[in-house]
Amino acid sequence: MDKDKLDRIAEKKKRWQEEAATARERSEPFMTVSGRPVGALYTPLDNADLDYEKDLGFPGSYPYTRGVQDNMYRGRVWTMRQFSGFGDAYDSNNRYRYLLEQGQTGLSVAFDMPTIMGYDSDSERSLGEVGRCGVAIDSLEDMEILFDQIPLDRVTTSMTINGPAAILWCMYLANAEKQGVSLDKVGGTIQNDILKEYIAQKSWIFPPEPSMRLITDIFSFAADHVPRWNTISISGYHIREAGSTAAQELAFTLADGFAYVEAGIQAGLNVDRFAPRLSFFFNAHIDFFEEICKYRAARRIWARRMKEKYGATDERSLKMRFHTQTAGCSLTAQEPENNIVRTALEALSAVLGGTQSLHTNSMDEVLALPSEKAVKIALRTQQVIAYESGAANTIDPLAGSYFVEALTDQLEAEAEAYFRRIDELGGVLPAIDQGFFQQEIADAAYDYQRAVDREDLVVVGVNRYNTSEKVQIDLLKIDPAVEEKQVRRLKKLKESRDNDAVARSLAALKKSAAGSDNLIPKIMDAVRVYATEGEIVAALKEIFGEYREKPLF
Amino acid sequence: MQDLVAELLKGNRRAAARLISLVENDDPQKRELLKGVYPHTGNAYLIGITGAPGSGKSSLVDWLLKQMRKDGLTVGVIAVDPTSPFSGGAILGDRIRMQDHALDNDVFIRSMGTRGSLGGLSRATREAIQVLDAFGKDIILIETVGVGQSEVDIVKTADSTVVVLTPAGGDSVQTIKAGIMEIADIFVINKSDLPGADRTETEINMMLDMKKSKAWRPPVVPTVSVNNEGIAELWNSIQEHRSHMEESGRLLEIRRERVKRELTEQVEYLVKNRIWERVKEEIEFDSLVEKIVHREQDPYSTAGDLLAKINFYERETGEGG
Amino acid sequence: MIQISSKKVRILVAKPGLDGHDRGARVVARGLRDAGFEVIYTGLHQTPEQVAETALQEDVDVVGLSILSGAHMTLVPRIKKMLADNGMNDVLMVVGGIIPEEDAEELIKCGNADKVFNPGEPLETITGYIKSKF
Repeated sequence: MDKDKLDRIAEKKKRWQEEAATARERSEPFMTVSGRPVGALYTPLDNADLDYEKDLGFPGSYPYTRGVQDNMYRGRVWTMRQFSGFGDAYDSNNRYRYLLEQGQTGLSVAFDMPTIMGYDSDSERSLGEVGRCGVAIDSLEDMEILFDQIPLDRVTTSMTINGPAAILWCMYLANAEKQGVSLDKVGGTIQNDILKEYIAQKSWIFPPEPSMRLITDIFSFAADHVPRWNTISISGYHIREAGSTAAQELAFTLADGFAYVEAGIQAGLNVDRFAPRLSFFFNAHIDFFEEICKYRAARRIWARRMKEKYGATDERSLKMRFHTQTAGCSLTAQEPENNIVRTALEALSAVLGGTQSLHTNSMDEVLALPSEKAVKIALRTQQVIAYESGAANTIDPLAGSYFVEALTDQLEAEAEAYFRRIDELGGVLPAIDQGFFQQEIADAAYDYQRAVDREDLVVVGVNRYNTSEKVQIDLLKIDPAVEEKQVRRLKKLKESRDNDAVARSLAALKKSAAGSDNLIPKIMDAVRVYATEGEIVAALKEIFGEYREKPLF
Repeated sequence: MQDLVAELLKGNRRAAARLISLVENDDPQKRELLKGVYPHTGNAYLIGITGAPGSGKSSLVDWLLKQMRKDGLTVGVIAVDPTSPFSGGAILGDRIRMQDHALDNDVFIRSMGTRGSLGGLSRATREAIQVLDAFGKDIILIETVGVGQSEVDIVKTADSTVVVLTPAGGDSVQTIKAGIMEIADIFVINKSDLPGADRTETEINMMLDMKKSKAWRPPVVPTVSVNNEGIAELWNSIQEHRSHMEESGRLLEIRRERVKRELTEQVEYLVKNRIWERVKEEIEFDSLVEKIVHREQDPYSTAGDLLAKINFYERETGEGG
Repeated sequence: MIQISSKKVRILVAKPGLDGHDRGARVVARGLRDAGFEVIYTGLHQTPEQVAETALQEDVDVVGLSILSGAHMTLVPRIKKMLADNGMNDVLMVVGGIIPEEDAEELIKCGNADKVFNPGEPLETITGYIKSKF
C-alpha cells in the first residue's frame, strides 16, 4: 500500500480513536488468555510491512503460512483422531473398534501411568494406577490383544509415549510382524518427545543424553525400515497445559524441534533423511484468534529455519505437519456441559489454523475418564465443523485479516526473541539444566491463576455466573478388578515364556547400551521373547541412570 | 516436654522432628529443652555446603549422602531456603533432590526457612544441629541458602566448609567477593563438564597461590553432580580436612571459639530479655517514641535515662543478672 | 525484647503416584508461600511411604496431596494410615486434583481427608481454608 494512503488511514484512525475514547469500555482488561493486550481495532497500518509472497505465499508452498497441502481440506478433511485408552488391553480394544465403527479415521493410544513411567503392572509403584488414565501395557502380549482384529496395515496409530517410546514402538512393530504386515506398510506416530517432558510434562525416566540417543536411534531405524512412521511428535500441548502462554508454547516447541534436528545431524544423519518424519503437536486453547495465529506462525518459522539454518532442501522437511488437541486445562469441573462449547470453539481454531489431525476433548475429562457418550459428542463436534460449518470449504480463510496477520507477526517475533535467549543459555539442554523453561512456565501459570482469581480473565461458571449446582453426569468408572486381572495375567506370562531367552536379550541390550550401537534391534529382540516393559526399562536404568527434577517455583 | 528429650535420645524420629519445631518456633520451653539436649552433643562432625543458587548444592548433598551411607555413617541434613521478606512464607524445595534417602532410617532431613536471618542460615539452624547431634547422627550436613555474599554464618557453624562454584555462573572467580573465597576449606567446581571449568580451576589456584602459606591449602575438586563424577574425591577431601582439623588441634580451637560465642550470646540474650521485661513493666515506651519523633528528645539520652529509671545497673549488680 | 512465638504453619505439598502434572501443586505452593505459610515440596512421583516419612521429619501441620492420575482412592487412605502409624493423626489432610464428588465424599466420610479441592479453585479459597484451621 502506498505511503499516502497509509498516512490518510493513520490520520483517520487518530480521529476515530479520539471519538471512541469518549465511549465507556468494559472494566476487565482486553487481553488474550496468555495475558497479551489486544487493541480495539486493527487496520492496514498494522500490516504495512507484510509482503504477500514472502510472508504468506500459497498453500503447499514456502513458507507454508497458509497451509502445508496444496488443497488442504478440499482434498481430504483432517484426521479425526480421538485419544483413548483405559483399563486393560481388552477394554481398550473394544473402545477402538467402537470408534472405528463411528467413523473415526485413526487410532490414538493413551497409556496408563505405570506404562508411561516404565513400570510393570505388578510393580509396587503401580499400585492403584493400573489402567486408570490409559491402557496398561506390560508386554507384547498386551499389544497383541490391544489390536486384535484391527489390521495394522489399514489404520494408523498414534501412541502417546515418551520415556519408554522405543519399547512400546518395538512392541507395536513386533505385533505388526506377527499380523504378517511388513514394516514398510506400518504407519503411525510415537510422541517420543523427551525434551518437553523435562520442560513441562515431567514423565521422564532417563537423563537427557541417553534419552536423546534413544530418539536418534529411532530416527535412524525408522528411516531404514519403517519409512511411513512419524518418529516424533514434538509437543507444545503439555507445555501449554503446564501453564505456558501461547508464545511460550510456540517458541519452546519449535526450539525443541530444532534441538532434535541438531541431534540428528550430530548423530551423522542427513537432515532430509529424518526431518520429513518429524511432526508436531499443539494445544488449541480458548483464545480463538491467538491460537489461529500461533499455528500460522509456527509453520512459517519452521520452514524458514529449516531452509535457512539447517539447509534442508526436501520440501517435506520444510512442511510442519501437526496434530492438535483442544485444551484440557480450559475445561471446568463446574457445569461440565459448557465444556462442549469450549471444545467446539477450540477445535474450530485448530481447523482455521490448518491442523492435520485433531482430538477434541470430552466434556467430562476434567472429572474422570471420558464416558462413551461424551466421547461421541466430542467426535460429532469435529464432524459438524467439517461438514456443516463451511470452515473446510476454503483455505486459510482468515488470511489478510489485519488483526490475524499482525498477531501472526507478533507471535513470530516473540518466538525469535525466545530463541535468542535460549541460544544465550547454550541451547535447549543447558537451558533445561538451568531451569529456564520450567521457571518461565511456572511464572506464567501463576500469573494466569492470579488473573482468574482477580477476574481479569473470566471463566464462565467458575468466577462468573457460577452456580453451586451439583454435577450430574455419568462418569466412567474403572473397576479395581482390572488391576488384579492385569497383574494375574502378567504373572502367568512370566511363568510361561522362555525366561532364558529373556535374560539373554536383556544382557545383550545392556551391553549395547553401554556401547554405542543402535539400540532398536536389541529392544526388538527383547520384546519378541516377551520381556516386559518394566524389565527393559530397569535394564536400561542400570546403564543410563535416572533423571531428577529441578526445584523451581 | 522433657519426655521429648528422652525420646530423642532413644532415637525417636518424631521426637527429633518435634524438638526442632519447638526450638525453631521459640517455644517458651525452648531453653529448658536445649539444656536437656546439650550434654549429649559434641559428637557429630558438621559439614557446611554453600554456593550460589543453581550451583547444584542439593544434588551434591544427595551424592555425599550416598557416599557416607556406604561408609556406614548416619547423617542429619539441614537444608535452608529463603523466607520471603514480603509474606513471611517460604517454599522449601531442597528435599526434591534427596528423596531417595527419605526412607533411610539413618538419614534425617529437615528443611528450614531463614525466617528473617540474613547470614545464609536460618535463625534456629544451630539449635537444630544440636538436636540432630544429640539424636546420634555421625555427620550433619548443612546446606545454606546460597544467596552469594552473605554466607558468613556457615563458617562459624561448620567444622568443614565446602564452597560450590560453577564454571557457567558467568562470574569469573575474580568477581566473587573475597568473603566467600575466604571461608572455603574445600572448593568444588560443579558442572565441570561445562566450558570454562579449567579456567575457573586455574583462577582459584592462582588466588590460593597469592595467599601466604597456611597449614591447610583448600583443594579444588571438579564434580559433575548429576553423574556422580568427582563425588568420591570430594568425600576424600572432606575426610582429609577433618583429619587435619583433628590432628592439628584446630577442631578443638574452633569449637572453643564457637562455645565462647554461644556463651556470650546467651549472656547477652538474658540481659536483653531482662531489660525488656522491665521496660515493658515500667516505661511507656511508645510515648517516648512519640517524643523522639517530634524531636522533643533524642534517642541517645533517652536510652540512658530509660536504663537509669529501671535501675538497671544497680539491680544488675545487686541480683547478679 | 518481648518474646513472641515465631510459630509458622508448615505444609507439605506432595505429589504421590506416577502422574507428572505438577502445575496445580506448584501454583498452590506459591500461593501458600505468598499467604505466609512455610511449604515443603517433595517433588514428583512419591510413594506413600516417602510422603508419610517426609511429613514426619518435617513435622508439618498440614499434608496437601495433589493427585491427577485417578489413584486417589488407593493413595490417600494409605498415606493417612501411615501418618497415623507415625503418631500424626492430628495433621490436616487436604487433597487436590481430579476427584469425582462421590470419591471426595467417601474420603471425607472415612476420615481420610479433611477437605478436597477440585481444579479451578481460587487460591484464596485454599489459603483461606487452611488459615481458618490455625
